[in-house]
Order: sequence, then structure tokens, then C-alpha cells
Amino acid sequence: MKPALFDYTAPETVAEAVATLAADESARPLAGGQSLIPIMNFRLAQPGTLVDLGRVAGLDGITVTESEVRIGAMTRQRTLESHAGANAAHPLIAEVLAHVAHIAIRNRGTVGGSIAHADASAELPCLLLATGGSVCATGPEGERTVAADDLFSFHMTTTLAQTEILTEVRIPRLPPATGWAFEEYARRRGDYALAGVCALVTRGAGGVCTGARLAGCGIADRPVRLTAAEDALRGSTVCEDALMAAGEAAKGHATLPDDLQASQAYRADLLAALVRRAAVRAAERAGG
Amino acid sequence: MARSLPSKPIPAASSDPRREVTLTVNGETLTRSVSPRMLLSDFIRHELGLTGTHVGCEHGVCGCCTVLIDGRAGRSCLTLAVQAEGAEIRTIESVARPDGTLHPVQQAFMECHALQCGFCTPGFVMAILSYLEETPQPDLSEDAIREVLSGNLCRCTGYKNIVRAFRRAVELRDARATGGG
Ligand SMILES: Cc1cc2nc3c(=O)[nH]c(=O)nc-3n(C[C@H](O)[C@H](O)[C@H](O)COP(=O)(O)OP(=O)(O)OC[C@H]3O[C@@H](n4cnc5c(N)ncnc54)[C@H](O)[C@@H]3O)c2cc1C
Ligand code: FES
Ligand code: FES
Repeated sequence: MKPALFDYTAPETVAEAVATLAADESARPLAGGQSLIPIMNFRLAQPGTLVDLGRVAGLDGITVTESEVRIGAMTRQRTLESHAGANAAHPLIAEVLAHVAHIAIRNRGTVGGSIAHADASAELPCLLLATGGSVCATGPEGERTVAADDLFSFHMTTTLAQTEILTEVRIPRLPPATGWAFEEYARRRGDYALAGVCALVTRGAGGVCTGARLAGCGIADRPVRLTAAEDALRGSTVCEDALMAAGEAAKGHATLPDDLQASQAYRADLLAALVRRAAVRAAERAGG
Repeated sequence: MARSLPSKPIPAASSDPRREVTLTVNGETLTRSVSPRMLLSDFIRHELGLTGTHVGCEHGVCGCCTVLIDGRAGRSCLTLAVQAEGAEIRTIESVARPDGTLHPVQQAFMECHALQCGFCTPGFVMAILSYLEETPQPDLSEDAIREVLSGNLCRCTGYKNIVRAFRRAVELRDARATGGG
């Protein structure tokens, strides 16, 4: 099918793009188009105005600072995946991106677009939560920073206003003595996850887990921190018992009701297995 | 019962507003006036008559509309023609040499019987071409190749021969580079 009619604008500055969004409530930014255009082809979305961000200056590029990786919103997913500096600062980035769609989609799809789209099954929002990242956005009232914990409000919904443009995604560097892992299960390669888990495990003396950050996708109405599993791992030596306990604890986070893909009970079991796999791999990489 | 005739005459041309777009397709720079909602796939097929780029699903899943956009594989069904302003597009029509000599990827598909109906083939060829340009020394394990091919669907071959063709394409390319083929 083909998209319904819309007005098309290709502004060159963020200010211009924000003004165009503010002038039409049904206006939407167009980034890589890898989610928006299929939805428009199916006429599930019919924005009155499309604000193409492709010509806006200064929205792409990757900067690695002492504390974080700063990714311009329009940076293509494939560019981030193959960026040596970004992946040295946080190796979980490339591991997660390999699971997002297919190469041809990642060549066009942007990092900011995936976060703004906020599909509850998407991998990048889950990565942002697990790493404690944040985004910068610009709207009519100016610029602000939103922490990942305050960003995702529902499936395909963020706390950003319709008039705000996400300009940058920030991922803190991998903390010292910390291992990382991403595990997901999808029916076909490149599909959205039935469930996925990002794990960061920090170990201290004697291999004791001193910190754990886990997040899951595909299991609730948004990406969620798996705090119950984190609690079960912290203070343990990430032994078999602790892994089993973390998996069991995580099940409570699988709140998505039965759907065509899977039952809630199945997703909960799947989540428990993925938590165990991700946590054990992350712990091995943390050493100790 | 006869179907009633449409009450209004069918317009001879689209009444959509138009916008000019200038882009390069297979080395030729051209300017056309298009509706902003025209997909790049439709632009390539209907405006330019390059029907080697196929259209299957129009939602990014099947991969048969894959072309090179600024040197990298992308879905032409998920790109608006107006988004391609200033871009360099390559379609399957540009892949063989003008004298008809097949590109190593095409040659490999032929030798390995990696196509039956051929509907998916342009998409596979463009995706592999893009990947080999990005990664000249690819991992040739079954798993790695299947990962690269996972963005394209074939309803005929069962993929076995397409995996073989991928390996053969690398061989043929290397042989040509050293003057062998
Ligand atoms: C076949 C297929 C398989 C896929 N599989 C996966 C998968 O497994 N995992 C996954 O995570 N994704 C998957 N995707 C989606 C893909 O990753 C998209 O690229 C991504 O979701 C959206 O990024 P985009 O740049 O294409 O954004 P667009 O499609 O252009 O935009 C998406 C939404 O975000 C808004 N938006 C975009 N940029 C901004 C911005 N800077 N500020 C404010 N709002 C903005 C748009 O208005 C729109 O509502 C798949 C897509 C396809 C076609
Ligand atoms: S027609 Fe574009 S991916 Fe199927
Ligand atoms: S050869 Fe027929 S779909 Fe692939």
C-alpha cells in the first residue's frame, strides 16, 4: 500500500524543524523511515506534515568523551555498530545492535529514531535503560536532558512532547570491573524480540557481585529495569543458586498479557532463562 | 450484476502536489517532479522504467526492493523519492558491465543455481554487493553468511544455493582481481 497525502518539509536547522512541528499537531519527524514509512504504507499513521530530519545540520556523528558516548540522533544504526571508539567505550552497543533488524535496515534506521519510536520489544531502548543513559531533546521551550528511567512511558510512547526533537543519545562508558551481555529470543533472525535481556554485572573481591543492572524488552508495555533480578544477584558470587534466584525473581517483570506470539507464562519462563544466560556471560566477562 | 460506473471521471494524472528531486541513478543525474508520497521503489520502476528493482511487501520485510543508497543497501520501499535528494542510487541494472559480462555476484548466482523464479534475486545481489564493498574479507562460515542474507526472503530456493553463491562470488571476485577470471 501507499502512504496517504502529507505535506513534506526538509528543514536545515533544529529550530526550523521544531517550529514546523509546533504549527501542526499531526506533524511527525521523519528520521530513517524504517518504522514510520511501513506504518504509513499501511495507513496506520497519517501525519499531516512530515518533517524530514535528513538535512538538519549537526544531528549526526559520534563523540566519545571521558564519561560517555554521545550519538547524534540521526546517526545510522549501522554506523554506530561499526564505530570502533564507541564500542571500545561500551562493547554492549555492538552486541545489541547486531540483533536489530537486518543490515539493510540498520544502514538507514537511526539511533535516535529507534529510541523515539520506543517499541516495547526494541533492543536500543533496552540498552539505554540498562546502561543508565539519557537523551537530549529540543522543543519550543529549549533544550532538556531526559534520563532513560524517565523516558519510556508505554509501547511506542515516550515522555517527549510532539513538538520536541530528540537530538542526542548518551550512553555512559562501561564501568570498571564490569561485564556485559545481551541475550534475546526471536522467532526469526532480525525480528523484534519475544524477549530480550541486557545485563551489566560488576564484580569485586572474591568475585562477589557488587553491582548489577539488567533491563528487558518484549515483556511489558515498555522496556523495563529488572530490579528484582538485580537484587538477587547483588552480593552473590553469581553462582548457580543466585542465577536461578535472579531468573525466578525476573518473572514478575513479565507483565505483557497473552498475545498471538506467546502466553504471559511462556514469556516469564523465557525471561528467566535469558536473565540466567545474560548474567552468567556478563559475570564471566567481569572476571574475578 | 454489472458493477456501477464510478460517479466521477477517473483523473488522467495525479492531483498530488509535486516537488522537484535531483538525484543520481546508475551514474546519471536527473531531475524529476514527484509527489512527496512517492516511494523510491515506485520512482525507480514507474518514473524511470527500471523494473529490475522488485516490490513484494512494502514494509521492509522481504528485501526484494533493495538498492544501494549512497553505496549501502537500503529498502527502496521504505524511502521516499524526495528523501533521496542529492543521493546516489544504484539498481540491479547497473551491476553487469555494459558489454553484458556478469558481475561476480551475478555469475555466482547463475553457476550455483541460486535462483528459480528470480523474483528475489535483484534484492539478494544488491545486498551482497553492498556487504562485500563494506567488508571485503567476509567471514565465510555458514552462520555468518546466513546472517548477511537474513534480510532477504526467497520463496523458491531454500537458501542452500544462495549461501553457496555467496562463497562462490568471493572466489570469482578474487580470481578476477588477480587476473584469473
Ligand atoms: C523488517 C524490519 C525489521 C525490524 N526489526 C527491528 C528489530 O528487531 N528491533 C528494533 O529495535 N527495530 C527493528 N526495526 C525498526 C528499525 O530499527 C527502525 O529503524 C527504528 O525503529 C526507527 O528508526 P528510524 O530512524 O527508521 O525512524 P523513523 O521510522 O523515521 O521514525 C520512527 C518514529 O520516531 C519518530 N522520530 C524519529 N526520529 C526522531 C527524533 N530525532 N526526534 C523525535 N522523534 C523522532 C518519528 O516521528 C516516528 O514516529 C525493524 C524495521 C523493519 C522494517
Ligand atoms: S518490498 Fe521493500 S522490503 Fe519488501
Ligand atoms: S527465486 Fe523465487 S523467490 Fe527467490
